[in-house]
Amino acid sequence: MSGNHHDSHHPGPESYAALRTKALEALLVEKGLITTDVIDTVVRTYEQDIGPLNGARVVARAWVDPAYKQRLLADGTAAIAELGFGGRQGAEMVVLENTPTAYNVVVCTLCSCYPWPVLGLPPSWYKSYAYRSRVVREPRTVLREFGLELPEAVEIRVWDSNSDVRYMVLPERPAGTEQMSEAELTALVTRDAMIGVAKVQVPATVGRS
Amino acid sequence: MPEEPDPHIANMDEQLALPRKNGELVFAAPWEARAFGIAVVLNEAGVYPWRDFSQGLAAETAAAEQHGMPAGYYERWLETLAKLAIARGLVTPEELDARTTEYASGLHDAHEAHDHHRPHETPGV
Repeated sequence: MSGNHHDSHHPGPESYAALRTKALEALLVEKGLITTDVIDTVVRTYEQDIGPLNGARVVARAWVDPAYKQRLLADGTAAIAELGFGGRQGAEMVVLENTPTAYNVVVCTLCSCYPWPVLGLPPSWYKSYAYRSRVVREPRTVLREFGLELPEAVEIRVWDSNSDVRYMVLPERPAGTEQMSEAELTALVTRDAMIGVAKVQVPATVGRS
Repeated sequence: MPEEPDPHIANMDEQLALPRKNGELVFAAPWEARAFGIAVVLNEAGVYPWRDFSQGLAAETAAAEQHGMPAGYYERWLETLAKLAIARGLVTPEELDARTTEYASGLHDAHEAHDHHRPHETPGV
């Protein structure tokens, strides 16, 4: 039995698209432009870590529903479970609200504790020693390296996750999104914004829906 | 090899957004995942910026709508990918068509499509 290998033993004719894809892949491999292993890796990466849609839903709901936001900040674990996410792991979820004067950023200095039920798998930099050690000592500099320039007046709070408590940032809702639906807002929220190394941006191409 | 999805790809908007179910990618057939992976790998290799791919995908989508015969998301994706690969000179339309026909006729066994490919004559490049 071929187990989990793709494409094995398909009875019947394959679709034109399947054949064409196979042809394209084979040609690119023969020309040495790609390898099947790299494709496997990329597909796996995207399948496992497509991004923080769950967390983004939590954030968007909090932006449009003040009562939900209150519950979320009061008891993150319960409010996130309301939307059907959790998985628990025994860890408590604490949601940190960014404001114009206070900015939160999450780290795990000891290892790589991460709120994966809402944010998926952690990015590699989150697990890096450089991030774990430096964000505590010089958060402003680290954030700048992520492209986030915060005014001196903004207080930066660094939160160290551990096996009991996992943090997630509730980013500020960007200006100019007042007319957006919850679904549209969800699409704006990035993983990095929920870790606290980026702000939520409104793409220039917003509109048309 | 990047260890995380590119947000430009993961968060394409609206019509172009990757099909998902409960947040996770959905591939209706194995070829869809392969087509997805090839497009991403070529982008990472610097063959084209993702903007070119998403614009191509938007064009395919608009064309499909105009013809009132909406192909599936990954059919449009594959067309976009094939056109870009041809435009960038990675493959010729002739060899792609020829190989597709070959596979369709069963000359090539599906299992050989991957790494260990037996040498074979490439028609008129």
